[in-house]
Amino acid sequence: MAYFEMSRLALKWALTKPPTTRYPFEARHALAGSRGRLVFTKDNCVYCTVCAKKCPTGALVVNRAQKKWAIDRLLCITCGYCAELCPKKSLELQTGHGTPAITKDLEFCG
Amino acid sequence: MARTIIPFGPQHPVLPEPIHLDLVVEDERVIEARPSIGFIHRGLEKLVEKKDYVEFVYIAERICGICSFIHGQTYCQAVEAIMNVAVPPRALYLRTIWGELSRLHSHLLWMGLMADAVGFESLFMHSWRVRERVLNVIEATTGGRVIFGSCKIGGVRRDIDADGFQSMLKELTLIERDIREITRVFIHDNSVKARLGGVGVLSRQDAYDLGCVGPTLRASGVAQDMRQLGYAAFKDLQVEPITRTEGDSYARCAVRCEELFQSIDLIRQAIAKIPEGEIAVKVTGNPNGEFIARTEQPRGEVAYCVQANGTKNLQRFRVRTPTFANLPAVVKLLQGCDLADVPVLVLTIDPCISCTER
Repeated sequence: MAYFEMSRLALKWALTKPPTTRYPFEARHALAGSRGRLVFTKDNCVYCTVCAKKCPTGALVVNRAQKKWAIDRLLCITCGYCAELCPKKSLELQTGHGTPAITKDLEFCG
Repeated sequence: MARTIIPFGPQHPVLPEPIHLDLVVEDERVIEARPSIGFIHRGLEKLVEKKDYVEFVYIAERICGICSFIHGQTYCQAVEAIMNVAVPPRALYLRTIWGELSRLHSHLLWMGLMADAVGFESLFMHSWRVRERVLNVIEATTGGRVIFGSCKIGGVRRDIDADGFQSMLKELTLIERDIREITRVFIHDNSVKARLGGVGVLSRQDAYDLGCVGPTLRASGVAQDMRQLGYAAFKDLQVEPITRTEGDSYARCAVRCEELFQSIDLIRQAIAKIPEGEIAVKVTGNPNGEFIARTEQPRGEVAYCVQANGTKNLQRFRVRTPTFANLPAVVKLLQGCDLADVPVLVLTIDPCISCTER
């Protein structure tokens, strides 16, 4: 049986730096390797539509004839499956989460 | 004395997820508890008809937000067994490491919730403070905090290099130090001991007869742990089930506290023994057959039944989650308890209703 176990710990933690950050005044730094926002690079893309076919949530729309690549940010779960499959490495996951989606419309890239 | 029925849940301050109990009470004593579930059913099992067996890993991971990785791993194990896929040893070790990290953060989450349920707010905050360290390790190695997304059929998606293991070991030392301080409060503090000791005693025979699993079963003295089956890399690691004999809420808490150290030890063992090599093999074709995979989740044994008929979509998919197996024990524990003990007893099995209802 022990008494004041927590008081001792609370005192110790009160004298150390807080583990919390003052978000949003202080930005959260993403860890290296974190799965964040999906970015599309137009240069290499051959519009093969593999990413759109394999996306688990159907968040990607690719039109080969019009050379259009679009994403529904609200559906994307940032799993990275598209980036893994892309034969030309046109897709990449950034570590940061970027800005929040403010519209339900598709976001056309490139 | 007249009997009254008091509804408990589905919205209740102590419940992170919705479950409803009709409590038949006489004065302040519960005579009977009638549970009803189904508030958070999402029809995930039905989705096997729409998503192919490779994409379904992502859905299996989302069955639960806490033990997500082990859900994905169990599903992959079932499909790999049907397709006779030989998963590379390094991938098996990585799965073991991530599975144990998942157990660490799940138990710390539960400890925080339990501290909150008994009114120990500062302990709640500090349990989650330590959990945050574990989540950082998970994010640095898998890319996600609770949805790991690193398990796939045939292996894993990501590797961890030597530097990654070194920083993980360094962080584990700090996590272990913090956990030791917190568990000292859980196990030795007078107020926690007085609140949980002797509350909701489940005898060894009752726990076994009611089909309990995981820490709920082990706290009643039954040494059963699915990790002893030797799935993933557990066949090469030393796993001894942690048991207590008291069977009360305090024993269930103590088992989870000790399992934190066991998980840290298992991660260290796995890092020391991890072989070099590939992390995944290419899987072609469609599964055809049936398999039941069993693994040990933080809450207990989970069983995945997968039936495939040679097409890209599975024929049938069924999950038996640990919380579902532990619900009869809650009903038993609530019979004859004080009304004030109901929140503690419901939390004591570490209920995960989203898993249970899928």
